[in-house]
Amino acid sequence: MENMNLNRSDKLKRYARYNAVFLLLFAAFVLITVLNINSGSVNISVKEIARIIFLREGDEMSYSIIWKIRLPRIVTSALLGGGLALSGFLLQTFFGNPIAGPFVLGISSGAKLVVAITMIVLIQYVNSISAFAMVCAAFAGALISMGFVLLASRQVHQMSMLLVTGIMISYICSAITEFLITFAKDTDIVNLHNWSQGSFSGMDWDDVWMCFVIIMITFAATFMLAKPIGAYQLGESYAQSMGVNIKRFRVILILLSSLLAGCVTAFAGPISFVGIAVPHIVKIALKTAKPIVVIPATFIGGGVFCMFCDYIARTAFSPTELSISTVTAIFGAPIVIGMLLKKQQKY
Amino acid sequence: MKEIYFRTGELTVGYNGKALIKDIEIKIEKGEILTLIGPNGSGKSTILKSITKHLKTIKGDSFIADASIGSMTYKELSKLVAVVLTDRIRPEMMTCRDVVATGRYPYTGSLGILTEEDELKVRESMEKVHAVEIADKDFAAISDGQKQRILLARAICQEPEIIVLDEPTSFLDIKHKLELLSILRSMAKEKGITVIMSLHEIDLAQKISDKIMCVNGDRIEHFGTPDEIFKDDIIKRLYGITKGVYNINFGSVELPKPEGEPHVFIISSCGRGIDLYRRFQKENIPFYAGILYSNDVDYVVAKSLASQVFEEKPFMHISDDVYEQAVTAMKSCDRVINAGVEIGESNKRIGDLLSVAENLGILETI
Repeated sequence: MENMNLNRSDKLKRYARYNAVFLLLFAAFVLITVLNINSGSVNISVKEIARIIFLREGDEMSYSIIWKIRLPRIVTSALLGGGLALSGFLLQTFFGNPIAGPFVLGISSGAKLVVAITMIVLIQYVNSISAFAMVCAAFAGALISMGFVLLASRQVHQMSMLLVTGIMISYICSAITEFLITFAKDTDIVNLHNWSQGSFSGMDWDDVWMCFVIIMITFAATFMLAKPIGAYQLGESYAQSMGVNIKRFRVILILLSSLLAGCVTAFAGPISFVGIAVPHIVKIALKTAKPIVVIPATFIGGGVFCMFCDYIARTAFSPTELSISTVTAIFGAPIVIGMLLKKQQKY
Repeated sequence: MKEIYFRTGELTVGYNGKALIKDIEIKIEKGEILTLIGPNGSGKSTILKSITKHLKTIKGDSFIADASIGSMTYKELSKLVAVVLTDRIRPEMMTCRDVVATGRYPYTGSLGILTEEDELKVRESMEKVHAVEIADKDFAAISDGQKQRILLARAICQEPEIIVLDEPTSFLDIKHKLELLSILRSMAKEKGITVIMSLHEIDLAQKISDKIMCVNGDRIEHFGTPDEIFKDDIIKRLYGITKGVYNINFGSVELPKPEGEPHVFIISSCGRGIDLYRRFQKENIPFYAGILYSNDVDYVVAKSLASQVFEEKPFMHISDDVYEQAVTAMKSCDRVINAGVEIGESNKRIGDLLSVAENLGILETI
C-alpha cells in the first residue's frame, strides 16, 4: 500500500514537472515573440504595434514592416525551428544516438545542394521558382543524403564513424554548392549566397502558409508515432517483439525527418545544431525521454530557440545581420560538446 | 498425453538465405520449459531469433497452438510471445518502471497511454521478480542482475503465452541465476507460461528444464527430456570435452585429473577427502584414493580426480583382492594421508591398511 502511494506521488511529481516545463516554454515563446516584433531597424512603439496587429490600422510604413517583414519572419522562424528540432529528434531515435541530427549527418547540406542546382538550372527557363518546387528539391536532396548515410551505416557500425561519414557528405555537398555558386550567373549569386548561409529573412505569407502546412502535418504525424518511438528506444529487436512493424516504421522515420530537414533547408538554408541541442535540453528539463511529452516540447523548444537566435542575429550587430547558423552554433555547439564530454565519462 | 502447444515444422534457420541448421523439430506442451544447450556459436540464438520472427526462416515455420507464426502480424505475435534478449539496451532517461511498462505496448491505445489496469499489471510484474524497490531508479544505473530481472518483468508484463529468453543468466552471479530460474519455473508451472530459452550452465539446464535440445553447429544432436540427454557421452560429445569430466549426478564439471605416477595415497570417507583431492589436483600432483565404498561422496569425486580408486561395493567386507592392490599401491608411495575414516565391522581392513602405512613410517593423519 505504501508503495502504491509512493507510486502516486511520484507520478504527480512527474506531471508537475511536465506542466512546469510546458508553461515555461509558452512563457518564453510569448516573451520572445513580443521581443522580436518590437525590435528592428525602424523603431515602432509598443502601442503602435498593438494597434497594427489587433486593429489592423496605423501608419502605412509601420503597418507593412510589421505585417510584411516582422510577422512572417517570426512565424517562419518558430515553425522551422520546431521542424528542425523535431527532425533531429527523429534522427536520434532512428540511429539510437543523441548526437545525430540533420546538419551533422549531411542531410541539410544534401538538401542545400539539390536546391542550388534546381535554382541555377530552373532560373534559366522561368523567372522565379515557386516555394513548392524548392521544398520538393530540398526533400529530394535530403533523401539522397540520407540514402548515403544509410548505405554507410550498413558498413560502419560505430556511431562516431557514421557521424564522420555524415560530416564528409556535408563537406562534399557544400563544396559542390560553392562551386556552382562561383560559376552561376551574377543575378543568382546574391540570392543563393544569402540563402546558403541560412536566414529567416525574405519570407512572404505564401511561404509561411506552406511552411505551416508541411511542418504541422509532419508534427502531427510524428506525434502519432510517439508510441512506436517509445518502443524503439529499447532497440529494434525489442520494438519488434512488442508488435512494431520495424521496416515500415523505419521508412516513415526517414521520410518524416527528411521532409522536415528538407523543408527547413528550402526556406531558410542549412541551420546547424538546433536538431541536437534542443531535444537534449528538453529531455533534461523534462527528466524523461518519453516521446509523448518530448515531441511537443521539442517542437515548441525548437521554435523558441530559433526565434531567440534570430533575434540575436538581427539585433546584435544591427543594422548588419548575422547568418542564423552563426548564432545557433554559438549557443548550440557548447551544449553538444558538453554532451560528448558527459558521454565520455559514462562509458 | 497432453497436447502439443508449440512446435516447429521442418524448420531450417540461417542468415542471408544460407541454411545453418536444418530440420529442427521442437514439440513442447503448454507450461513446459525447453532449454537449448550447446557450445558457443552453435546456433542457439539463431534458432531463438527464428522462432520469434526476428530472423527470416530459410524453410519451414513455427506454430503456436497450430497457428503459423510466419503468417501472423507482429502485433498478433506480440500478444503471444515476449522476449528477453542478449542485446544490451541503453535507454536514455528511463526508470525501471518505464522499461517494464513498455511491455504493455500491445494493449495500449494509439498514443500508448497507460490505464490504471496497465499500471497495476506493471506493478504486479515487478513484484513477481522482486524489483519493486528499484522501480523508480534509472535503468542505466542498476546492476546487470537487476537489469535482467527488469527485462524479465517487462516480458511478464506483456502477458505472453510463451517467453523466449536468450541466455538470461549470462552476467548474473549465482544467487541471481537461481532467483531468475526459480521465477521462470514458478511461472511455467503456476501460470502455464511456456518457456523457451538458451542456457550456458548445463547443470542448471538439467535441473530446470522439461525438455532439452542439444544444438551443435549445423544440426540438432538431441531433443528429449533431461534424463535422456544428460548422459556423460552425449554432453562430452556436444561440447567436445576431451579434457576434464562432466559429472552427471551432480551436474558438475571437473578439470582434468593430474597425470603421472602417483606417490600419494589418500584414505578417507564421507566427503572428508574431497578438499584434499582438489588441493592435489590444483597442484597437479597425481594420487591414489581408497579404499572407498562406491556409495561414498568421496568416491564420486575421486573417480573424476584420482589416478586410481580402490573401491568396494557398499556394505560389503573389503575383499582380499582389493586390499592387496591397495597395499601394493601404497608401498610405491611416499605419503599416505588419513583424512578421516570410521572403521567398523565391514571395513576393518582399512584399519589394517593404516597400520601398514604406520609401519612404513609414511602415515600422516589430519
